[in-house]
Amino acid sequence: MKKVYAFEKNCLGCGLCEVYCKTAHSKSKDIIKTYRKENITSAIVIEEILSPKAKTYFALQCRHCADPKCVKACISGAMYKDQNGIVKNIKEKCVGCLSCVLVCPFGAVKRNKDKERKIISKCDLCIETGTPACVENCPNNALKLMDEEEVK
Amino acid sequence: MSISLITPQFEVLRDEKKCIQCKVCVKQCANEVHRYDEEDNVVLADDAKCVNCHRCVVLCPTKALKIRNNSLEFRDNANWNGKAINEIFIQAETGGILLSSMGNPKPFPIYWDKMLLNASQVTNPSIDPLREPMETKVMIGRKPKKLEFDKKGKLITEIPPQIELNMPIMFSAMSYGSISKNAHEALARAAEKLGIVYNTGEGGLHKDFYKYGKNTIVQVASGRFGVHLNYLEAGVAIEIKMGQGAKPGIGGHLPGIKVGEDVSATRMIPVGADAISPAPHHDIYSIEDLSQLIFSLKEATNYKKPVLVKIAAVNNVAAIASGIARAGADAIIIDGFRGGTGAAPTRVRDNVGIPIELALAAVDQRLRDEGIRNEVSIVCAGSVRNSSDIVKAIALGADAVYIGSAALIAIGCHMCHSCSTGKCNWGIATQEAELVKRLNPDLAYQKLVNLLSAWNHEIKEMLGGMGINAIDSLRGNRLMLRGVGLNQKELDILGIKHAGE
Amino acid sequence: MLKKEGEIRIPSGCAISGIIDKKRNRFNGSDIIKSIALMHDRSNGLGGGFAGYGIYPQYKDFFALHIFYDNETIKHKTEDFLNAHFEIESAGNIPTRKVSSIANKPLIWRYFVQPRIYKVKDLCMDEKEFTARCVIRINREFDGAYVFSSGKNMGAFKGVGYPEDIGDFFMLENYEGYIWTAHGRFPTNTPGWWGGAHPFTMLDWSIVHNGEISSYDANRRFVEMYGYNCALQTDTEVITYLLDLLVRKHNLPIEKALQILVAPFWNEIEKENPEKAKELKALRTVYASALINGPFSILVGYEDGLIALNDRIKLRSMVMAEKGNKTFFASEESAIRVICPEPENIYHPAGGEPIVVKLEAKI
Repeated sequence: MKKVYAFEKNCLGCGLCEVYCKTAHSKSKDIIKTYRKENITSAIVIEEILSPKAKTYFALQCRHCADPKCVKACISGAMYKDQNGIVKNIKEKCVGCLSCVLVCPFGAVKRNKDKERKIISKCDLCIETGTPACVENCPNNALKLMDEEEVK
Repeated sequence: MSISLITPQFEVLRDEKKCIQCKVCVKQCANEVHRYDEEDNVVLADDAKCVNCHRCVVLCPTKALKIRNNSLEFRDNANWNGKAINEIFIQAETGGILLSSMGNPKPFPIYWDKMLLNASQVTNPSIDPLREPMETKVMIGRKPKKLEFDKKGKLITEIPPQIELNMPIMFSAMSYGSISKNAHEALARAAEKLGIVYNTGEGGLHKDFYKYGKNTIVQVASGRFGVHLNYLEAGVAIEIKMGQGAKPGIGGHLPGIKVGEDVSATRMIPVGADAISPAPHHDIYSIEDLSQLIFSLKEATNYKKPVLVKIAAVNNVAAIASGIARAGADAIIIDGFRGGTGAAPTRVRDNVGIPIELALAAVDQRLRDEGIRNEVSIVCAGSVRNSSDIVKAIALGADAVYIGSAALIAIGCHMCHSCSTGKCNWGIATQEAELVKRLNPDLAYQKLVNLLSAWNHEIKEMLGGMGINAIDSLRGNRLMLRGVGLNQKELDILGIKHAGE
Repeated sequence: MLKKEGEIRIPSGCAISGIIDKKRNRFNGSDIIKSIALMHDRSNGLGGGFAGYGIYPQYKDFFALHIFYDNETIKHKTEDFLNAHFEIESAGNIPTRKVSSIANKPLIWRYFVQPRIYKVKDLCMDEKEFTARCVIRINREFDGAYVFSSGKNMGAFKGVGYPEDIGDFFMLENYEGYIWTAHGRFPTNTPGWWGGAHPFTMLDWSIVHNGEISSYDANRRFVEMYGYNCALQTDTEVITYLLDLLVRKHNLPIEKALQILVAPFWNEIEKENPEKAKELKALRTVYASALINGPFSILVGYEDGLIALNDRIKLRSMVMAEKGNKTFFASEESAIRVICPEPENIYHPAGGEPIVVKLEAKI
């Protein structure tokens, strides 16, 4: 299956992927409104690594594992792997137990920021639009939607 | 310690209605103009640090940013304008010479814009390049006086080595050091894809780029950095740089801070050492010395590489070019004063040299007057901005052009004239790893390919319009040009008629 | 006042026609007049002319100079110059007859000459080069005199008028040659100067041309490096000089010279076998500036035969046909059929395909 791969040699750490991830998952689909009126958690996070020579950045998001631990750990059946291999979370079923956050080996599942209802937030690959929002808007081609074979 | 009299050159305008405090600008500005104030949840800017490179403007997802010239004005004075005053403030504070980057920005006449091209009407059909063959291939190198055949009709003259170009465009010399490795990679790969050449500049050839040898010109300049046998043999030609349009008569200086391990290895100098190219070659004090170097390089490479000589366009350029042709150079590059540079003394950049158009016309005519134009190639450099500049340059007499600034603009340069700071936000004129990575060679190379493919299309369209189907027939074809708003002296030097004549 | 050729570049459209008998059987000028007359509508009465080869057998070792003079004064001055440089074997008017449509004729003289040997030796050149230089000098420096033909055993006849009237005027039925070419001109802007009509000649070269070359200034500035002076600013002049340079001065075989003028496209060169490709590449590389571009069809007469040449993408018409020993060329097939009702091997030479019909060796 195609997944988003991050190429750290090209990642600038600009954070635009986060901006566009939030917008893509907003109701308004408008950047400014998303930031002003909606409180959305980005499913992709830029990690900044301070190594001795230079800053390195790494874009972190769900790997859509073949055998996802989060699905196994889910107590309400909200987390599942769909027929395309995408690991998804049904918001309505999520009870906010955060078991998936605990078991994810990548730290790619986050708690949302919504104070009213505590549920989790993760990458849904938003592939229905053709290209995930983060890939589409990466200014330096550091994020690519690729097959595992292509990456190798 | 006294107060600084220098005021910011630019103003950063942020539309607070649009700013979402995403901090992209904060993270992207290497000059640290933008900063986020957590207490007030607001992004602020320090105007004084801004060089107007547009990095933040382009990356801002809500287009909340604009950069403007500082609206602060001095009392009106055509003579003591703000620039003149500020330059004095700077020098009074620093005690140093003023440094600038890129080419002469002053409003001297741009003759490209004062020449117009011809097109066929009625008596001569124009040719549609989409339907008919249209050739833009050129050969750069020395041509024998004539060809000889034996009695059986077999060619006996050996043709000296040539650079074959699919289009009359080459990437001009920009050293690894002055620009980043990623920029070099983009140029090299684009040259390979397009069937043209790029030029190492005086920074040696990085070990990763030897594979692009067929599309490489290696340069030998006054500092002789990175010159060894493999290097000389790596490319399709060797260029001796005698001068540069942006700073005629001046050498080069790559500050030690830009000499990291890779640059050090490529230039063959210690890490952190300043790389200083002397103003003259200290083994070339006259034309006969140049001839000796030309033939030394040919000897070293067994006469398999053309040797090109690059000079700045200065007062006596025609006579100098003639001397270079007779000294054995296979091609002469004439570099005009609008040509770019990583760093030049401002006074030199702005006041030394002559416009490339006049220099090119004078050189071409001089070599023809001496009957040797056909034996040597002429390359026009120094701010060729688009395909029509190229067509005009060739009609004036050039075989091909070099583009430097245009290529850099294609990969993101915004002409902020701050190359010398080494903090290029676009990853071009910098050696800082986190800035260099901003230039993804995969994307940059494609942009160069796109630009030159587009230009080549445009050149073909213009050729077709003139009823010409090979660029050979445009070279020196000055009847295809007409001047507008030029005086008789200018027309005479350019060798063209005025529009309407 | 309108400027004449040499003061301004005048584009023109045209008709051309040519006949060669490769066995050197001579025939008079009636057929060529008839052929060019059929294409009357392709010219506009502002220029017509002919070239005949083999027409002066009794003077075949002498350069035949045909000269237009504006007046007697310049004629005397020019003749002084001729006397100083040449032994004049014979001099006289070129016979003409009165034709109502031909007006304002200049003085038209003909001289059969040999260069003065000591002068040729002094200058260390051969007699052709010497003669060529003298012709160029007269045309450049003797205002009001114009040498319009200077070959051996050949001559050009031209003037302002329709070609058939010019042929009649010069009484070409009285000349017999084994090659004839003709030209009718449709200039877009000319006061009608006799020297500006075609053919243009230089020594044995004569060229009639239909077209307007867009490479003109590139070609002109190239040949002018080698001592030529394109005084007339016409296409035929520059093409003649290119051929003279390549064949006479650079000693290239005629076929190679033609491969320079209408060089094969680069992608065609790549398809050739390596040796041929190398040769073609060399020709294009060294003589890039001699490539002729833009629409043209030309007929080139020279001492060994007749050459027909089209531009590389055939933007001007040209037909050829054969009958017996004769080969015919014309802008239109009808101009061949009018003098040869049952032609054989009708052929339309392709763009950039030179056709060279050589005369058989003299017996």
